[in-house]
Amino acid sequence: MEHIAIIGNGISGVTLARHIRKLSDKKITIISAESDYFFSRTALMYVYMGHMKFEHTQPYENWFWKKNNIELKKGYVNSIDTDNKTLHFAEGDQMSYDKLVIATGSKPNKFGWPGENLKGVQGLYSKQDLENLEIYAPNNKVCKRAVIVGGGLIGIELAEMLNSRNIPVTFLVRESSFWNSVLPEGESQMINRHIKNHHIDLRLSTNLKEIISDENGKVKSIIIEDTGEEIPCDFVGLTAGVSPNISFLEESEIDTNKGVLVNRFLETNIKDIYAIGDCAEQREPIGNRRPIEAVWYTGRMMGETLAQTICSNKLEYKPGHWFNSAKFLDIEYQTYGWVNGKKGKPDYEAHFHWKHEDNTKCITIAYHKDTNQFLGINTFGIRLRHDVFDKWLTEKRDLDYVINHLEAANFDPEFYKRFENEIKASYNNTLQTN
Amino acid sequence: MSLKLNYSMSLANSYGLTKTQKIASAVGILGLFILVLALFNVQFPNKAITLTIALSLMFVGAIWFSNSLYLDKSKGIKNDGIWFKSLSARGLIGWLIGVVLTLFYIVLYFYPEYLGLAQKGEENTGLVALFDPLSQLLSGRNASQWFVYGTLYTVAILVFGYKFILKYRHNRYEQIRTISVMFFQLAFAFLIPEFMYVMNSDLPYYDLKNIWPLNYYNFESYRIKAFISAGNIGLAMLIFGIVSIFVITPILTYKYGKRWYCSWVCGCGGLAETAGDSFRQLSDKSQFAWKVERWVIHSVLVFVVLMTTAVIHSYLGNDTSKYWLTKSSFLIFVASFLTIIFAGTMIFKRNELAKDAKYGAIGYFVIIMELFALHYFGKDNSLFLFKSESLRKSYGFLIGSIFSGVIGTGFYPIFGSRVWCRFGCPMAAILGFQQRLFSKFRITTNGGQCISCGNCSTYCEMGIDVRAYAQKGENIVRSSCVGCGICSAVCPRGVLKLENDSMKGRINPNEILLGNDVDLMDLINNK
Repeated sequence: MEHIAIIGNGISGVTLARHIRKLSDKKITIISAESDYFFSRTALMYVYMGHMKFEHTQPYENWFWKKNNIELKKGYVNSIDTDNKTLHFAEGDQMSYDKLVIATGSKPNKFGWPGENLKGVQGLYSKQDLENLEIYAPNNKVCKRAVIVGGGLIGIELAEMLNSRNIPVTFLVRESSFWNSVLPEGESQMINRHIKNHHIDLRLSTNLKEIISDENGKVKSIIIEDTGEEIPCDFVGLTAGVSPNISFLEESEIDTNKGVLVNRFLETNIKDIYAIGDCAEQREPIGNRRPIEAVWYTGRMMGETLAQTICSNKLEYKPGHWFNSAKFLDIEYQTYGWVNGKKGKPDYEAHFHWKHEDNTKCITIAYHKDTNQFLGINTFGIRLRHDVFDKWLTEKRDLDYVINHLEAANFDPEFYKRFENEIKASYNNTLQTN
Repeated sequence: MSLKLNYSMSLANSYGLTKTQKIASAVGILGLFILVLALFNVQFPNKAITLTIALSLMFVGAIWFSNSLYLDKSKGIKNDGIWFKSLSARGLIGWLIGVVLTLFYIVLYFYPEYLGLAQKGEENTGLVALFDPLSQLLSGRNASQWFVYGTLYTVAILVFGYKFILKYRHNRYEQIRTISVMFFQLAFAFLIPEFMYVMNSDLPYYDLKNIWPLNYYNFESYRIKAFISAGNIGLAMLIFGIVSIFVITPILTYKYGKRWYCSWVCGCGGLAETAGDSFRQLSDKSQFAWKVERWVIHSVLVFVVLMTTAVIHSYLGNDTSKYWLTKSSFLIFVASFLTIIFAGTMIFKRNELAKDAKYGAIGYFVIIMELFALHYFGKDNSLFLFKSESLRKSYGFLIGSIFSGVIGTGFYPIFGSRVWCRFGCPMAAILGFQQRLFSKFRITTNGGQCISCGNCSTYCEMGIDVRAYAQKGENIVRSSCVGCGICSAVCPRGVLKLENDSMKGRINPNEILLGNDVDLMDLINNK
């Protein structure tokens, strides 16, 4: 029986295993050094905040794996012998495979800051990161102040987490406004205000110079590059993005760049070895997508696709329209299609922006300047339907159509106040003034 | 019940309480303390004033506490620290409250004299006596233990309802739903029955929203007699009782799902949603618990149908010339009704039922056999060796008292707030059966947006593994869902929405979620 070994028990690897099991009775082994069972990484924050216990983050009960005949192996893969199709574990044992899938995810970025490896300095990605957080920032007595470096999605989640335990947070963001490399200006500024409303010390256009150690090798303070200011702190969160977690492949024959290089079939340069999820890097770009997408949904979709290929129905990875979501403290965010911030915005892309006066809701619709074709929407504080926008993007609807049919896309709970009329009015006003 | 009020105010959140919150808690506890003093027969000079002070202190303390807890924070989900608190994470305080509540229920149901209920010919004493002035004011008679319980129950729903509304002040669905349960408790369960007594003291106590089989005693002989002897209004109430379960309930459940009752109207649900809100996360989410749930709740349903049929059968006559409804015509009517429902379900919905159909058939078979047995052996009002009266008594004891009261509410801090609704309530079983098969209600999932975080499952008070559906992009159509809407509220990605829509495509299992290659989706999902 063919043996499929999957390194990594995150969403990509587990989705792949489940779909292979649906399609075949191949032997499947999922290998992880991080945790005994699959858990939802995105939910780690809720464990720290006391919304959930760790076991609640596990989407399948523990009997699920045996029942579905999926073997789980706890171990760290040190190296891969691709010629003999053998994995060598740090624990000393070996495992042979017929097909190998690398789904090892990411690790937090470090940019060579002095002191970045001190105690109390860490990212927020793995279960171990959560455990360390409980050591260095369990409460506001042990941790009198925390500094977060890097204003992205993980940064703001970490800020929310620490805030939930009343730990004062200084949030260093390199950009002039929160996440404005991705978000259009109006949205980005609304989130700036929202962060400050939560009593988080947000420092925009601010860079980290170095992290200072105390006599025990633990963080004592940080120094800001732009002003030289020293901020005493007991914890530093490094949240300036993530990069593929593939250092164990350095000695192998597998082609890598930042990530494991794959073709559209998610195959690496070595036969019978594939890579999916955060750690995979596309050789050819797919539409407007980046070559590496460290996103929950893309990991899952690659798993869904690769299962077909492995079970003799060779399929290209062809993701549909881009979508994503996040939550910034109390404000939910969803996006469908492409809406670019200042940085990556193509010339043809124009925006219609509407913001509610309460500063917690807004939408931005991107459209083609010349054809008025709908390109994408960002929504904050209003839930919208994925399937409706997916359809409109496929049908290449124009801006007018989208504005006039917004109510069909509303996904807010019943009895919520609706804003379609206000949005329409604002749209009509904008057109008249243009 | 309002015991819980003050405990959760005081000890529960003592981790991180502000000074204001501590003072507010103390005020509420003081109100409770007065009740405890009364329980131990401390004599107060003026009972009316004392009771007013005690209840006011509880209201003021709770409202002040809730204001301080939520009003100066930004609107949003407020679940920080739930699993760190002794009260809400089965800690010592949780267990203590569980024990105290359980004892309270045992005393209430079986030893009301300890609460001060008058023995024959005497005056009330203790706690019950303290409530005499309020009872006199409302209905001109002295209080009973049930009046004390009803008052405290109503107070609990009102103050914790207020707290809940503040907690979800960004969510209008939750607010309106909570105002609804507060209204139905105050008006229908508490005030209207008292006023009805004033209007016509022959009427039996009747909380009009309490529908058979939840109100399992509604068609018992003494009530039927009382209804009929009370003239037109009594007859109207009897007819309303029958119409409630056979006409109103099916229509509303078809349109809105069982939530119209379970989380908008029902008193048990009302308490669970308000006073029980701190414990919703304690429900067991395992598949094993789901199996137990289905067996137990449907067994209770079979039990109550059996019991009620036997009881009604016992007091009907045999002579058609005296009254059109006789023992045998009643049995034939029940048998035909059940057969129509059973056959209809099997014919139109057998594919959706799969394995469960077998269990449904067993339940149906048991009841039909009982009807035959009643007919042939039930001449002296007994079924085999059991008198219908002892059936009724054991149902009242096991289900009515022990299950719904002692376990259902007493164990809030251990098993979560909906143990009774999930495992025991026969009304929920009927509504759930219909919700699963003949209703427009479902919880819709939003394409491929689920990140499997598990907030929805954790906060489902009915123990539904909501995430298992959401991460497959599959609508949630479950008989147990009471439509409280909390899964949708706590979802950080906007994935879940409670909706009433057409029956077609309501159940939509997907292998591949939206967002992936359309060819792949077509290939797999339309296979």
